[in-house]
Amino acid sequence: MLHKALSGDKNYWRWVTFLLVLIGLGVSSYLWQFRSGLTVTGLSRDVSWGLYIGQFTFLVGVAASAVMVVIPYYLHNQKEFGRVTVFGEFLAVSAVVMCMLFIIVDLGQPQRLLNILRYPTPNSVMFWDMVVLGGYLLLNILIGWNMLEAEWKDVPPPRWVKPLIYMSIPWAVSIHTVTGFLYAGLGGRPYWFTALTAARFLASAFAAGPALLIILCLIMNRVSRFEVDKQVLRKLVTVVTYAMVITVFFVLLEVFTCLYSQVPGHMLSLKHLFQIPYMWISALLAVGALVILLNRNSRNSSKALIGACIAVFVSLWLEKGLGFVVGGFVLTPFERVAAYMPTIPEMMISIGVWAIGLLILTILFKVAVTVKKESV
Amino acid sequence: MTVNRRKFIGAGLLTLSGLVLLPTINVFAGIDKNKLPEGTVRWGMAVDMKVLATEGPKALEEAAAVCHRIHNVPEIEVEAEAVKWIWGELYEKSFADQKHPYLNEFFLDSLFPVLCNHCDNAPCVRVCPTGATFKREDGIVMMDYHRCIGCRYCMAACPFGARSFNFRDPHPYVKEPNSEYPLRQRGVVEKCNFCAERLAVGKQPACVEANDALVFGDLNDKTSNIWKLLNSRYSIRRRPELGTGPNIYYLV
Amino acid sequence: MYDAGKIIPGLIIFLIIITFPLWYSLGQSAPVLGYQVETPEIEQLEEKKCVESVSYMRASHMRLLDDWRNEVVRNSRRTYINTAGKTCEISLEETCFGCHTNKADFCDACHSSLNVEPDCWNCHSDPKESQL
Repeated sequence: MLHKALSGDKNYWRWVTFLLVLIGLGVSSYLWQFRSGLTVTGLSRDVSWGLYIGQFTFLVGVAASAVMVVIPYYLHNQKEFGRVTVFGEFLAVSAVVMCMLFIIVDLGQPQRLLNILRYPTPNSVMFWDMVVLGGYLLLNILIGWNMLEAEWKDVPPPRWVKPLIYMSIPWAVSIHTVTGFLYAGLGGRPYWFTALTAARFLASAFAAGPALLIILCLIMNRVSRFEVDKQVLRKLVTVVTYAMVITVFFVLLEVFTCLYSQVPGHMLSLKHLFQIPYMWISALLAVGALVILLNRNSRNSSKALIGACIAVFVSLWLEKGLGFVVGGFVLTPFERVAAYMPTIPEMMISIGVWAIGLLILTILFKVAVTVKKESV
Repeated sequence: MTVNRRKFIGAGLLTLSGLVLLPTINVFAGIDKNKLPEGTVRWGMAVDMKVLATEGPKALEEAAAVCHRIHNVPEIEVEAEAVKWIWGELYEKSFADQKHPYLNEFFLDSLFPVLCNHCDNAPCVRVCPTGATFKREDGIVMMDYHRCIGCRYCMAACPFGARSFNFRDPHPYVKEPNSEYPLRQRGVVEKCNFCAERLAVGKQPACVEANDALVFGDLNDKTSNIWKLLNSRYSIRRRPELGTGPNIYYLV
Repeated sequence: MYDAGKIIPGLIIFLIIITFPLWYSLGQSAPVLGYQVETPEIEQLEEKKCVESVSYMRASHMRLLDDWRNEVVRNSRRTYINTAGKTCEISLEETCFGCHTNKADFCDACHSSLNVEPDCWNCHSDPKESQL
């Protein structure tokens, strides 16, 4: 079915070419980083994780959110979600590939990556993160591809796909829980050292992921005239709304604990984090998105809805994709304030990875849309 | 295959508990990785603050310089990418949780040696995904630079800021390389190794030899100087409430 | 052939790329594989024996070095008993480079001609050239 990605209109090829250019720029920036070391980034001895790991953290959430279209169809028999599940699964594939690429570009010795598998260390959460991410990638490729191929050939899907689908649901929750555990188990980093971290991750994942999926469905509608059931979109909006409310609530819980207890580790971390402008932008976008989403009139207007989904996505991308990681490092173990700003090469490499993910997404979505339009 | 919601939730909970069970057991088993067999040597270091007070400000700097010289620690001019195994920090920074306004000048102005604490229950050992950071039988938290993939999880986990990363190739920044000890390459994390290579030939760590305020020895040996010191005087450690069991004791 | 205009050039390009190792070094003379073991330090030895036999070393010196490094770094054991029963200290600098001081004629001679680039030298210092 991949050959379906080779035929497209002018806009399609312009988009693909644009992505290839970005990938080229990202790869050349990475080659520079590979030769010179991570000194080309804005990372430092105090802030040893930054944009790359932040983007990885955010994208694990996006990958997990595929479960939000799988559950209604396979567990609750809501038939209208049948057309959309494969897009959730393909989005998960693209997001997990980006996650793995972000880890690779962050490593100081990427050629030694397989040491994690050669010397398995079950006491390390990062080891488990690799395992569950790899498993989730495999699951979604197998499920998405086989379901789509069955639809294309107009036959029922093979029987062994069903148990994989059911397995992918708790597995999706596990990938983001394990990623949360990366941070939540570190006693020396007060901003992260709370049980709420994993819950916060899941809440923001289920807001940002479906928001992206809504935007992608609207794009598909515009670009390939592929109709997604209004019921599906409405239910996804409901998911985004509830998840965003919970996300903001969880942030407020953090704010209370830090500011009321006034324990220096917690209070100062939060204070210094919110001295960074993009955290306030994230907060304002979140509030703005909720204003739109909680009002029935604006929620149903497609223009306001697009605005709200973009606001949700960008707000959480700023918060999880950068703010969360920086927040753990901003107060050093010596109670100094550490600053971090990504450099141009760092941003180019990140854009390159995003372009690779978007290219995979484009190809997979193109194949899926073509198959589904043909099978109608 | 007919699966109703109830059966699914049951199967899902089973799956989830199954997925969580083994990692949980292994985490606890992994914590035991930090515990060492009885009867072995357990290296530790004590910093005698009273002796430190009589030394000049240069003494600590010189001890650090010896360490950095024999271990080929690069001197990076950019502070953000500094590589340091042992250095001096103000009390209010290294013991940030134990400062108050009524401390005397010694505590306000002097520099205290900080280095890797070679913790009994080291979080860096627990999080390393390849076992490149591991706890040796003699208590030293060792780095295997051949295995390190440079993920820097250990740097995130260390509550003491004791670890440094080689953001760039260190070779140009090592002015007089010591040919008896290797350098590191760019992309690995490094830290104090309690001079394991010197201990192997019966010598004391270089910083201990260079500075009288530093006392080193076997904490399991009740006849050793360090044991007697710790037994007779009160000592504090950095961030003890985190339960990492640091082995650098500061005698007040 | 359908789409012959795209397929045939594509196949030709593929063949060119896939046979790259075969034609790239045509015309270049292969360097002679020769190394020089003798160094002044080795001349001074009574028994000119390495840690293990020459044939073992030639085939497996890297495996020995890997085992040695794990012994020292991970197991903190610094003595090695070779197949002949003799003990020696596990030390690249002392045991190996103590005799093999001529990196250019010994280590590099084989490695360069076989296009092997061991990354040991990223961290470990080159053997000191002979002082004698």
